[in-house]
Amino acid sequence: MSLWTYSEDLGLALELLGKGRELAERMGVELAAVVLGCGVDARAEELAHYGASKVYVVDHANLASFTAEPYASALAALARKHGPDAILVGATKRGNEVAARLAAKLDVGCVTNCTGVDVDPDTKLLLFSRLAYGGSAISTQRCKAKPQVATVPPRTFERAPRTERRAEVVKEAVEVEEPKVKVLDFKKKELKGARLEEADVVVVAGRGFRRREDVAMLEELARLLGGVVGYTRPLAYDLKWADRWVGMSGVVVKPRLYVGVGVSGAIQHVAGIRDSKVIVAVNRDPDAPIFKVADYGIVGDLYTVVPELVKKLKERAK
Amino acid sequence: MSKVCVCVKYSLDVSEIRIDPSTRQPVTVGVKRKVSDFDKNAVEEAVRLKERLGWTVTALTYGPDEAKSALREALAMGADEAVLVTDPGYAQSDTLVTSLFLAEAIKRVGPFNLILLGEASVDGYTYQVGPRLAERLGLPQVTHVRRLEVKDGEVVAERDLEDGYELVSVKMPVVVTVTKEINEPRYPKLMDIMKASKKPIKTMTAADLGIPEGKRGAAGSGIEVLRALAPEMKRKEHIIKGKEPADAAAELIELLGKEGVVR
Repeated sequence: MSLWTYSEDLGLALELLGKGRELAERMGVELAAVVLGCGVDARAEELAHYGASKVYVVDHANLASFTAEPYASALAALARKHGPDAILVGATKRGNEVAARLAAKLDVGCVTNCTGVDVDPDTKLLLFSRLAYGGSAISTQRCKAKPQVATVPPRTFERAPRTERRAEVVKEAVEVEEPKVKVLDFKKKELKGARLEEADVVVVAGRGFRRREDVAMLEELARLLGGVVGYTRPLAYDLKWADRWVGMSGVVVKPRLYVGVGVSGAIQHVAGIRDSKVIVAVNRDPDAPIFKVADYGIVGDLYTVVPELVKKLKERAK
Repeated sequence: MSKVCVCVKYSLDVSEIRIDPSTRQPVTVGVKRKVSDFDKNAVEEAVRLKERLGWTVTALTYGPDEAKSALREALAMGADEAVLVTDPGYAQSDTLVTSLFLAEAIKRVGPFNLILLGEASVDGYTYQVGPRLAERLGLPQVTHVRRLEVKDGEVVAERDLEDGYELVSVKMPVVVTVTKEINEPRYPKLMDIMKASKKPIKTMTAADLGIPEGKRGAAGSGIEVLRALAPEMKRKEHIIKGKEPADAAAELIELLGKEGVVR
């Protein structure tokens, strides 16, 4: 009887252990972490100090670079051997593709990108919530068979605190598929300034902006508010003004203050800002859906409103 | 001759979903359906292989009879043949069932050198069908691809991951899921739309695919949806209208100061 957690991302692995501790207690099962890779002794040793009873380690040459087939096969082999009740995987893009492949191998359901995990008090099964209908609703789902497989995005739960108590580290010699996909190169994305997901204040540029250079005024607004600038998907993808965007399919943000400027408020964008403490919108169109989910807003042309906001903030700072 | 299979989902147009304020349930009745955005990119990529390398393109969907319109769109964009896999349990199917129907159809219509899909669907966003399909077919998977090259029996692909772009290569056959950025899907010409409307669409059922009752629809699904409700958004909706920009800005900053989010 056990609940497993796995993520290739250390921070996310700790978040899963944080929530996992609570869930495992309520389920009445043991908490374990899984470590996969090649030369991962140090990682296993570190993870042993965050509340798990066991750390299962598969250290294998086929896991030297991260590709879905060997990683999913290692997890599946471990799961077949020990029969966990549930497996929580970190919902990075890599985590999601491994979880889906794992669930296919085990012929079970899988709930990706959960925003919440709960325990059914009667059955002790996990209940997962996730966005549905393109972000317009939150659906509560249950896996019918064990292991219950689900993925949880970064910053959904608090990290587990480090403890002196050390989990038992169990090295497992299971079969791992040969990698078929060769990784040739990796180009890191240039992430300018503070990271969107950690920013206290996020100011987002939407389609109301006509030219890329106009976003400079938003940079100034963001600086005065102590935050960073983000983009909506159309600007990032269609116009290629940025590598990443704020929204359900991009970066989900939960800042103290969100300001959407020229952002219409499409469902998939709103789903990515919903947990912001205060939501502010500036838009020319009084019927823009963003106003329905905003605390404060100005109906007006961003090209005149933003400079005024900048001016007022500067006066205030004096 | 090389063949590519492109899987398309006949998705809900989520921008049309409204919430019933009394029940907080999303209303999907009467909501338009369309080819899921990223699947359209997959079709475009497949058609480009046809144009550049003379490949044959098969469009495949799992859905109700009306999903034929998604296939017609793929045919109008340039697909050569189209297959509808249909089952009354379609609407209750999760990714486990969907991938089973697609995989069984592909085994019968194929073999294919390449199977293309969108990275996710615009209504479900599970990111699961591509990887599950790959596993069921015993093929490798390359997900979130924003650039794809095909040569010498191999694909070279650039993946869009959170922290960077990963370049990979793999021998075909392979399952590839694509992002919106990979291309700009074409708008079919009226002539092509008319031609597509006359092309035959092959239909396959669970019986044709040898999928037993217990593996279909809700019974075959690995997950059970208990409820789906719109989140309660308790926002102040204090919107400043009809004021001079300077006054509006001053009022907003004042309000944000009171909220404690502006120094």
